[in-house]
Amino acid sequence: MSADRKTVLNGVHREMGARMVPFGGWDMPVHYGSQIEEHHAVRRDAGMFDVSHMTVVDLRGAQVRAFLSHLLANDVAKLQVPGKALYSCMLRPDGGVIDDLIVYYLAEDWFRMVINAGTTEKDIAWLQQQAPAFGVEVAPRFELGMIAVQGPQARAKALELMDEPLREAAAGLKPFNAASDDHWFVARTGYTGEDGFEIVLPENEAEALWRKLAQAGVRPCGLGARDTLRLEAGMNLYGQDMDEKVTPLASGLGWTVAMADQRDFIGRAALEAQKTGGDIPQFCGLVLEGRGVLRSHQKLFDGEREVGEITSGGFSPTLERSIGMARVAADAGDDLTVDIRGRKLPLRRVKMPFVRNGQPQTEV
Amino acid sequence: MSNIPVELKYTKTHEWVRDEGDGVVSVGITDHAQELLGDLVFVEHPEVGAALTAGSEDGIAVVESVKAASDIYCPINGEVIEINEALADAPETINGDPYESGWIFKLKAVDGEDLEGLMDAEAYAEHCESEDH
Repeated sequence: MSADRKTVLNGVHREMGARMVPFGGWDMPVHYGSQIEEHHAVRRDAGMFDVSHMTVVDLRGAQVRAFLSHLLANDVAKLQVPGKALYSCMLRPDGGVIDDLIVYYLAEDWFRMVINAGTTEKDIAWLQQQAPAFGVEVAPRFELGMIAVQGPQARAKALELMDEPLREAAAGLKPFNAASDDHWFVARTGYTGEDGFEIVLPENEAEALWRKLAQAGVRPCGLGARDTLRLEAGMNLYGQDMDEKVTPLASGLGWTVAMADQRDFIGRAALEAQKTGGDIPQFCGLVLEGRGVLRSHQKLFDGEREVGEITSGGFSPTLERSIGMARVAADAGDDLTVDIRGRKLPLRRVKMPFVRNGQPQTEV
Repeated sequence: MSNIPVELKYTKTHEWVRDEGDGVVSVGITDHAQELLGDLVFVEHPEVGAALTAGSEDGIAVVESVKAASDIYCPINGEVIEINEALADAPETINGDPYESGWIFKLKAVDGEDLEGLMDAEAYAEHCESEDH
């Protein structure tokens, strides 16, 4: 019997034919028959993911903005409109990434964070250590569930299931903004590269919403499709593409670090030192032509020299070939090869994302 | 419980073998195997004309899924006479129909070679059970 934790949707996943696997201490659906078909459903129509294993943390207090300005590598000064969201890394003083997360500005004394499942305990401990200096209350909201509905038809189908006035507010949302009726919280965000919503709601209402979405033709999708979708979209996965041993600058996340002004944040000095020192590892997108699948930790070569490894790899159903993300030496060239089961296969370096708006961004 | 047709023979490494008559056998992977692997994306066949030896530790073909690459091992001594070319464009055929249109290659058995050393359906079912625990 599994000791893994279960979300409130565990029973309905099994009922719908999910193949369950352990994921970060949770018993989760990897697919409901075919992860490739689920991937296509999100790119072409609408799919849904149980993301209730992730954690919503509410941060409250008069100084919460100042707290987050100090805590996060991206700048919450960008959040001036209630409901607006920001993607950021949270760093250690040595610049290593504790987690990547999304933070929403709800009120001057209330911000909401969504953090990864596997890092929840660590993140909350860190927040509880840092918050008292600013008098901020850290309130994990474990009683909330979350369903991500993604794809070109996702918002339309989800909106039909919302009550007014939430429905109208959600319909008017711009990307990377959220609306709430103090009951459900709807964000126009996602981890697939498609349009859609992430809906946060009391967990005892999640099953009813999941079933209604299924009835409306939204396809249940598992972690397998979630991984191939985010990989195509060029989105990092914490624990694979970055962790506490690397900085955002070495992880393709320099764009999420706001250092143009003098704002002091945890890890800033380490990043400045890294920039001054030069030699920052490159983080790049790779395509494998021909047969084979790139997988984490496969070694990469520039000629005979080993220069790095694949951080995330997989099969891209949209491109019909394997793609991956990699970290390589600062002076690694463009013509890299990968060692797969003893053979060195040539790679093509490409700018990410691999797929945007459902379309390949690279010649195939 | 996966599908295990009674008329086929099986190996410990999850290949199935069908006697096509005249010393010819077709080979594929079982329903149990395709289920464990998930969506298949590439199939690497042995060369037509290759003489293969059963019991070798080296795989003679590879099926690669979204989850992992898996070697296929030679079930009986023989020569590869045909490969299923349709799998190049549609490897997922193995997932949907592992015992019929998902066949991977055909061997002409070496003279005197037979399928007696392979498991029948019941033995294979037990083997899968024991592997799961």
